[in-house]
Amino acid sequence: MGVLENRFKDNIIVASLDKFLGWARSTSPWYFQFGLACCAIEMMASAASRHDLERIGMMPRSSPRQADVMIVAGTVTMKMALRVKKLYEQMADPKYVISMGSCATSGGPYWQHGYHVLKGVDLVVPVDVYVPGCPPRPEALIEGLLKLQEKIQTERPLTRKTA
Amino acid sequence: MTPAEIKTAIESQFPGSVLENEDLAENQVELKGEQWLEMATFLKNDPNLCFDQLECITGIDTGEAGPLQTRYNFHSMEHRHKIEVVISHDRENPKVASIEQLWRIGDWFERETYDMFGIVYEGHRDLRRILCPDDWEGWPLRKDYEGQEDYHGIVVPKIKEEEEWE
Repeated sequence: MGVLENRFKDNIIVASLDKFLGWARSTSPWYFQFGLACCAIEMMASAASRHDLERIGMMPRSSPRQADVMIVAGTVTMKMALRVKKLYEQMADPKYVISMGSCATSGGPYWQHGYHVLKGVDLVVPVDVYVPGCPPRPEALIEGLLKLQEKIQTERPLTRKTA
Repeated sequence: MTPAEIKTAIESQFPGSVLENEDLAENQVELKGEQWLEMATFLKNDPNLCFDQLECITGIDTGEAGPLQTRYNFHSMEHRHKIEVVISHDRENPKVASIEQLWRIGDWFERETYDMFGIVYEGHRDLRRILCPDDWEGWPLRKDYEGQEDYHGIVVPKIKEEEEWE
């Protein structure tokens, strides 16, 4: 630390604003509470007392305007795909998407004969973390969420990007 | 009443309406479609039959050579008997009278069968798709159905049958 050591009183932290923002964002990513199929049951189990997502700052919000993370939990049908896209567009920046389970990731068991199933939610919205499983256990989802937190922490929102 | 007795009751009320079909099981009866609304009213209101519960309406595509079928499962709470009614349709112009106003649950059952097979229920007050989007093309549960590859700009590559095991 050198020059900064003992220059300030107690309870003062010196960090770059970028890092500080990354830390603040990553420790309370509120997720958008909507489920499309059986994965939603596991998502609910993750949020309930046994696994308790609020330990890591995740809190369900029922409005896209208040949410930071969209967990696409379940089979995305063509009919729903347009709505998923609309909901994603309604979220405020910064926003992240987790594709939960094999249906949301690739179409899952409907990849060949499911005429009405979107073959991967990444065809309509950009996905940050894919969580495999059918459905993924709460541990797997939490692992994915921690991975997302790591990813958010490495972002530098204030640093100008050079081309 | 046994299924055979139910068939006899329908035949005596509507002569010539019960068709022979060897593929059907004992509790199934194939009827002509022309007088279906009158026959359904009879099934519901006749005190000996009294089919007060419509359990299911579904469709069947019997293949290129065969017809489309609508199947109705009726049950009587009063007499504890049941029957399955089969009505065949022309593949090019499938239509039959709606029984939605006799059994209210028939509303959604008929919409679903319309959605999946394109069978038109004449007299239904709100016949539109129930599961697929309103602007969906084709009738998904027909055997000759080809899925659409583009829906509102979302392109979904079709995975072909041969590629499956290679």
